[in-house]
Amino acid sequence: MNKKPKAIIALVLTVLTVALLIWTCFYAGGKYVVFDPKGPIGQAQKELIILSTSMAALLIVPVMILTFFIIWRYRDAPDNKAKYQPHWDDNKKLETVWWSIPIVVILILAIITARYTYLLEPSKPMASTQKPVTIQVTSLDWKWLFMYPEEGIATVNEIHIPKGVPVRFELTSDAPMNSFWIPQLGGQIYTMSGMAMKLHLQADQEGTYFGSGANFSGEHFGQMRFDVEVQSDEEYKNWVANIKKQSKPLTKDGYLALAKPGLSQPDEYSSIPDGLFQEIVTKYVVDGASNPHAGHGEVTPTKGTSKSGTEDESGMDMSHMNMSGHN
Amino acid sequence: MLDKIKEFASTFFVTGDPMIYGADVSIALAMIGIVFVLTYFKKWGWLWKNWLTTVDHKKVGIMYILAAILMLFRGGVDALLMRIQLATPDVTLLHPEHYNQIFTTHGTIMILFMAMPLMFGLFNIAVPLQIGARDVAFPFLNALSFWLFFMGAMLFNLSFVIGGSPDAGWLSYPPLSELQFSPGVGQNFYIWGIQISGIGSLATGINFIVTIIKMRAPGMTWMKMPVFTWSVFSSCVIIIFAFPILTVTLALLFLDRFGGGHFFTLDFGGNPMMYINLIWMWGHPEVYIVVLPAFGIYSEVISVFSKKKLFGYKSMVYAMFMIAILSFFTWAHHFFTMGSGADVNAFFAISTMVIAIPTGVKVFNWLFTMYRGKITFKTPMMWAIAFIPNFLIAGLTGVMLSVAPADFQFHNSYFLIAHFHSALIGGVVFGYLAGLYYWWPKMFGFTLPETPGKWAFWFWNIGFYVCFIPQYSLGLMGMTRRLSTYGWDTGWQPLNLVSTVGAFLMGIGFLFQVLQILLGIKNFRKLKDTTGDPWGGHTLEWSIPSPAPEYNFATIPQVEERDDWWAEKDKRAKGIFRKQSPIEAIHMPKNSAIPFIMSVFFFIAGFGFVFGWSFFYIPGLIGVAICMICRSFFSYDGDYYIPADEVKRTEAAIRGSV
Repeated sequence: MNKKPKAIIALVLTVLTVALLIWTCFYAGGKYVVFDPKGPIGQAQKELIILSTSMAALLIVPVMILTFFIIWRYRDAPDNKAKYQPHWDDNKKLETVWWSIPIVVILILAIITARYTYLLEPSKPMASTQKPVTIQVTSLDWKWLFMYPEEGIATVNEIHIPKGVPVRFELTSDAPMNSFWIPQLGGQIYTMSGMAMKLHLQADQEGTYFGSGANFSGEHFGQMRFDVEVQSDEEYKNWVANIKKQSKPLTKDGYLALAKPGLSQPDEYSSIPDGLFQEIVTKYVVDGASNPHAGHGEVTPTKGTSKSGTEDESGMDMSHMNMSGHN
Repeated sequence: MLDKIKEFASTFFVTGDPMIYGADVSIALAMIGIVFVLTYFKKWGWLWKNWLTTVDHKKVGIMYILAAILMLFRGGVDALLMRIQLATPDVTLLHPEHYNQIFTTHGTIMILFMAMPLMFGLFNIAVPLQIGARDVAFPFLNALSFWLFFMGAMLFNLSFVIGGSPDAGWLSYPPLSELQFSPGVGQNFYIWGIQISGIGSLATGINFIVTIIKMRAPGMTWMKMPVFTWSVFSSCVIIIFAFPILTVTLALLFLDRFGGGHFFTLDFGGNPMMYINLIWMWGHPEVYIVVLPAFGIYSEVISVFSKKKLFGYKSMVYAMFMIAILSFFTWAHHFFTMGSGADVNAFFAISTMVIAIPTGVKVFNWLFTMYRGKITFKTPMMWAIAFIPNFLIAGLTGVMLSVAPADFQFHNSYFLIAHFHSALIGGVVFGYLAGLYYWWPKMFGFTLPETPGKWAFWFWNIGFYVCFIPQYSLGLMGMTRRLSTYGWDTGWQPLNLVSTVGAFLMGIGFLFQVLQILLGIKNFRKLKDTTGDPWGGHTLEWSIPSPAPEYNFATIPQVEERDDWWAEKDKRAKGIFRKQSPIEAIHMPKNSAIPFIMSVFFFIAGFGFVFGWSFFYIPGLIGVAICMICRSFFSYDGDYYIPADEVKRTEAAIRGSV
């Protein structure tokens, strides 16, 4: 007698839960930044995500339906007349079929993945007629320092880039490693001390984009957020010129103070000390030690600092670097 | 003098947080309570003789499971605290530092001190019984393994009230976990807690490999072995290759912190990347260590509760071994975003995807085990069924994550968190719960009541989806893992709130399970398993009474078929009875106090190393050495015989009550 109300309650709960889950998948209050790319890299990654998801779903969804069907069909109920074969435990043909289905799907997916892996390798420069903007990124405890070597300016916790121009990020860390992520422009890359990683991105639309540190780096890691302002070429040039005119310079001592653990508001500097980024990258390299990540290290020299700059352009051969003063 | 003591006490004991004072009080009260109860009921001797010094695999298994449930509670409370903190923006329940400690201990406890011991508990309960053995190959070592795990776990948990918890993440990436950035003792607790229990895990792996190779009942060829035993075997193969890597990695980190080494530091040539490679060479196989036995349980449970033989037994076995081998070729997918270059990323992306093939095959085989069966929905089967759709989702998202260039967007985000919780809760925890319900009558002699179990099941399951599905979305909205708080401007609030509600639903599910056990104990006479075979089992453990007598099998069975017990029941129904061999005196291992005492010394040594106190670690190490010497020289008298008459009497008593 009380079977019916129970079944109704169960049905209502199931429908409510499923509705809730569907709502959470398509809930539009938050921004699905990964699915709202504003540049070619983010766009390609979005396409790849959709492609790989649909490939995998092609396999999963029928199996899901089959699961529900089999469980319902072969439930042990008095009125269930389904066939019962307790000793049927082997069928080579069937097994061959379902060994080959995942093999084929994974094979296709593997080819797609390999292609995209080479295509989207973050250290690969982007094809463009424009000359790329270089930004040197340093993750600190718990803030981001961005240096523009060609413009000779620096910012903390904010990035400005011109629209439609490739950006070459060179990334390192002067603190525990972090990960530099601007979802709408493209995927993340780690920042690690002793190395200069490279990431090429481009923004095709003006706007303000969310960026953050993605890898846990200690107490206030959660506050390592920054805004990325994408502007027209003209606005960008004005912004640079303004900083050059109005802001204070970043000195070596200023950097050392900045590098101390603590939080920081967005900030701007009108100049950067010669070769600071190279110094940060090679700060911890012992004289004579070879670097494990050779090839990720070429850094762009600071404008007008030809001496120290050109010397380091050869990249990771740091064996003759003078390390005094920082160890 | 008084000032000095005060100063010491304030750094030694963690202070300043009401939650920690609460923990202090509850620990003290629990201790007093335990001591009082044991004294009042005069149970000290019973505790010592029956539990602390036992080498019986069934009792060791029960202790593992009890400890694991306790740790599930601790890890679960951590999880709920985190979810409260994240329910809405700008919550200040937990200071970031405290939050970091909580997610670190949550991860470490759930993987190493909950999943692993629960798994070892099930190994101990089921494997010797399934293969018709009287015990594991090395009963003394088995007890030692348990006590090492237990002391390691206690040492790790102690950090909450003494010295401070680790806060560098459950894998403790350097340089964050080095002295420079984590100067406190929390990280030392992490190293020694894991290190001590890790020795036990490695020994368990060896013990069960030898047990399975050498102790199978006559006639049980490899291809007649129960599939759960196969899964344990493949899991143990991974353990013996993976755990030494963990041991070495943590030893190097310890040398950095304690001995002024520079293996993983920033300066003097240290290389943090080395640690990250090493820890994942253990860490990814570890996932398969814990999931393979769950696959074994699903295979057993689905076949028993479909009243059908397991479909494609050989495929299942090969698939498990493929997974075991492939698990060692996946570690670099944990750092696709570290700039290893396209060659490395492409290789590890593909080697990761390949694991989906044997896993997918297993899902098909489970489905076709149910096909043309008669499915009964008892609690173990419900968990096994719930696993399939969930694991399909976890598998789908796993393949998505393995696509390297796409992973640049998923990595370190909540999408990843949702994926691995799906795999570890929906795959591992669901499986172990199914196994726990399944073997419960064999452990304790009564089945658990179904009604509260079903309530628990639905709360857990609905809670599980409500908690983790929103996290996939949050990941795609740019929310990263390990955030202690976030702003209103992010738009993450509603989904986080939903997720928190889901976590609490799972918590309610856990409470129902506690209730279920309590009701089971209260009504155990009514729920008594008098047949020894309450589910219509297929394998040997169901051929003996519940709970199993201390010698397991009065006579060692002669195995003729895969699913031997099922085949024998068939024959008995047709009136054909196997010839019983006569009961003889049974050779048994004696209890030993050495495993317990030695582990206590390990604990003392570990505690000494945590604080760098030589007056602790030197005596501790000496104690360990003395225990080893005692074991070598004075353990010749380590066995005894149960006379045949006594076995006959016991059997008659148990069977008589049938």
